[in-house]
Amino acid sequence: MEYPVHDILIIGGGAAGLRAAIAAAEARPDISVALVSKVYPMRSHTVSAEGGTAGVLRSDDTFDSHAYDTVKGSDFLTDQDAVELFVRAAPEEILQLEHWGCPWSRDPDGGIAVRAFGGMSVKRTVYAADKTGFHLLHTLFQTSLRYSNIRRYDEWFVTALLVDDGRILGVTALDVRSGQFLPLLARAVILATGGCGRVFAFTTNGMIKTGDGMALAYRIGAALKDMEFIQYHPTGLPGTGILITEASRGEGGYLLNAQEERFLQRYVPSRMELGPRDLLSRAIITEMEEGRAFQGPYGAYVQLDLRHLGERLINERLPFVRELTQEYLGIDPVREPIPVRPVVHYSMGGVDTDTEGKTSITGLYAAGEVACVSINGANRLGSNSLSECLVFGARAGRAAAHGAADAPAPRAEVIAGRAADEERRVAAWLTRAEGTERLAALRDDLRHGMERGVGVFRTGEGLREVLGKIHDLRGRLARVTLDDRSRIFNTEWTAALELEFMIDVAEAIAIAALAREESRGSHTRRDFPQRDDVRFLKHSLAFWSREGPRVGYRDVAITRWPPEERKY
Amino acid sequence: MADIRFQVHRFNPETDEKPYYQEYQFTPLEGSTVLDCLNYIKWHLDDTLAYRMSCRSAICGSCAMRVNGHAKLVCQTQVKNVVRPDGTVRIDPVGNMPVLKDLIADMHGFWTKMQAVKPYLMPTQPPPSANQEYLQLPEAFRLFEEEATCIMCGACVSDCTSLESDKQFLGPAALAKAYRFSADTRDGRRHERLEELIERGGMWDCVRCNECVQTCPKTVAPMEAILKLRQMALKERLTDSIGARHVTVFTDIVGRRGILDERELPVRSLGFNPVKLLGMAPVALQSVLKGKIRPLEPPHKVKGVEDVQRIHREMEDGS
Repeated sequence: MEYPVHDILIIGGGAAGLRAAIAAAEARPDISVALVSKVYPMRSHTVSAEGGTAGVLRSDDTFDSHAYDTVKGSDFLTDQDAVELFVRAAPEEILQLEHWGCPWSRDPDGGIAVRAFGGMSVKRTVYAADKTGFHLLHTLFQTSLRYSNIRRYDEWFVTALLVDDGRILGVTALDVRSGQFLPLLARAVILATGGCGRVFAFTTNGMIKTGDGMALAYRIGAALKDMEFIQYHPTGLPGTGILITEASRGEGGYLLNAQEERFLQRYVPSRMELGPRDLLSRAIITEMEEGRAFQGPYGAYVQLDLRHLGERLINERLPFVRELTQEYLGIDPVREPIPVRPVVHYSMGGVDTDTEGKTSITGLYAAGEVACVSINGANRLGSNSLSECLVFGARAGRAAAHGAADAPAPRAEVIAGRAADEERRVAAWLTRAEGTERLAALRDDLRHGMERGVGVFRTGEGLREVLGKIHDLRGRLARVTLDDRSRIFNTEWTAALELEFMIDVAEAIAIAALAREESRGSHTRRDFPQRDDVRFLKHSLAFWSREGPRVGYRDVAITRWPPEERKY
Repeated sequence: MADIRFQVHRFNPETDEKPYYQEYQFTPLEGSTVLDCLNYIKWHLDDTLAYRMSCRSAICGSCAMRVNGHAKLVCQTQVKNVVRPDGTVRIDPVGNMPVLKDLIADMHGFWTKMQAVKPYLMPTQPPPSANQEYLQLPEAFRLFEEEATCIMCGACVSDCTSLESDKQFLGPAALAKAYRFSADTRDGRRHERLEELIERGGMWDCVRCNECVQTCPKTVAPMEAILKLRQMALKERLTDSIGARHVTVFTDIVGRRGILDERELPVRSLGFNPVKLLGMAPVALQSVLKGKIRPLEPPHKVKGVEDVQRIHREMEDGS
């Protein structure tokens, strides 16, 4: 059988995937690059990023300052060599986007404007109003149309990675539109599938962020690094979890408790609303637990007050915030404070890579939220993630393009057997006998279980409970049957495949969280409230095994900033 | 909230010969969007329902559908605002595109047309230096600020009346995108882009019904962008098209006589083109019968033509 063959296959069409595609196509115009995405590229979750993208562009700023802020924000768990490389590369990526037409917001003199952001000691966050991710993604997508050697597979769902003898050979995928199952072969594969926020019940993440790439790599033996670090964004809308950007605070918004107090003065007095996200989310939850929050139909909340910023500034810099609150809550932030509460936003962890995006599997790369380089450590600073997608997307794209040159052409006969097995596994969902379990019920149980057990504050007991629940869910999954037995655009079928990914990823998160007996960055253990640099100044590495996940550790790379107490 | 009956367009090409409506009835939670309702239907009443969705916050553009006959982002639409007096809400896929399944339309044509307008920046000047941005004043950005908010959801294309009768028409989304790049001070290929867009299917084929402006879930106002494209094309002296001649001849006739002469307009707009002129014959005949064209009346000026001419002069000076 003839299968499509490409030099490079990129899975995911968000910022990292598109940036990788363009970088690869530019580095080697003679190679064929395929971009495979389960949705049209501009539906990728990058589109929802609001506040900005960080980089040193101003004379009052330095690489060292950006690097130190990032290292401190991470609670000293980043690899500092990677951070130094990252901050140096970020400005040229931001300028490259400008040269491709991205409408960054401007200063009156026509130069690129910057705004303040949490944990950043100077203004260095470049933005496009409060639709930064949207403009960045559309610029990349539109620019990608100029390269004739980028071929898109829109609405193709990748079910597995094909490896032989430690080398990647391609993927198996479902063409969602036709329901056809097909291996796609490649000399190199780049994962750019984003994070896994949907593993939790209450999240800012779009419905598509089900951890696919993390699970795909994990299942073939790549390590998932630092998965216990889940970022709770301080300001999501109660009920829907829709993100209200940190730029609201960057532009001067206040957080208030039910006593109309700017309570952050008791937690992060030097930074107040511009403290890092982990500290702010903990502060808000503490206010709730101690009875100083408001109560609403979706539980406790605090208020984000923008009224003093005035209508003009809100319209110019935060138009999407106004649009969202008016449409989803019927609240105009010009006149009323916005109810907000902490919400799962970002996964600091991901597939273990080096600074070129390389994983432990030859020919397999990862970039963006799916990857863990790590520049985010135990807590990412707001506006570093879009820059990360650009910097490491481009690096992975270039590395894969050059790596593909030396790689042997993938041979169909090597993978034919495995592809057939995978096809049987995937197709079995359509022929299963009547079962007693419903897909949506399992998914809800998983997501609520994670919310309870792997929240802002965690305990060993709660984490063990979640792991037990996940174990049960695996058993129940075997009894799920689907109602839709058709092949064309069967979204129940892809949801079942996503749930399988989610369960694997959730387990890796919970087991790494249980093993880390300290509190660092976004990971707070009530039973181990202190940071423990002796035992845990280390990256965790979760490996898949038949007996269940196994956790190992690797030292953190420290170049210039020895760990110190983290105070703001 | 009371019970709502959702009449949902269903079509599974593997089993159904033709589409039908399936009704689902339940009471949505307060504050539910139409997408929340579809999610409830899918995961509690009928897992076989197929539709697209992703961000659920009106920015990714996945979930454009027709609600009661008009395209909307269902994630952005509060269900209580669209319940009809009889307690129903009808949900269809977007229009002007083939249906793949249930509420999912084939957007292939949408992307092809989007790509056709070269939706990317084509600077001809190098940036000030490799380590520097092109300067762009905030007021220069404002020229295309609204058009740049297009999320490519296809709502405007769904409800476009020109497209309904002419599949070749590029459509509101692609043309608004063309304007967005043509108006960008950093772009260097405006003339080339405009040259292609005055051809058949381009900027002059919009009938200005305003549906796209009404239906756009963002602030793009595609028809306004198309009108701005036309002005740009005329300024660039790209007047060699029926559409361009139509507006210039229209202006000329009214400017001279203070009234439109329907006998002169088509002849001069179409140019010496016997086939096209013959094609106009049925319309001409109807116009004569209805008294819109009086073939025997000699050309004349209206009383107060000087005032009309003054208005013209002021408009031209103003622009």
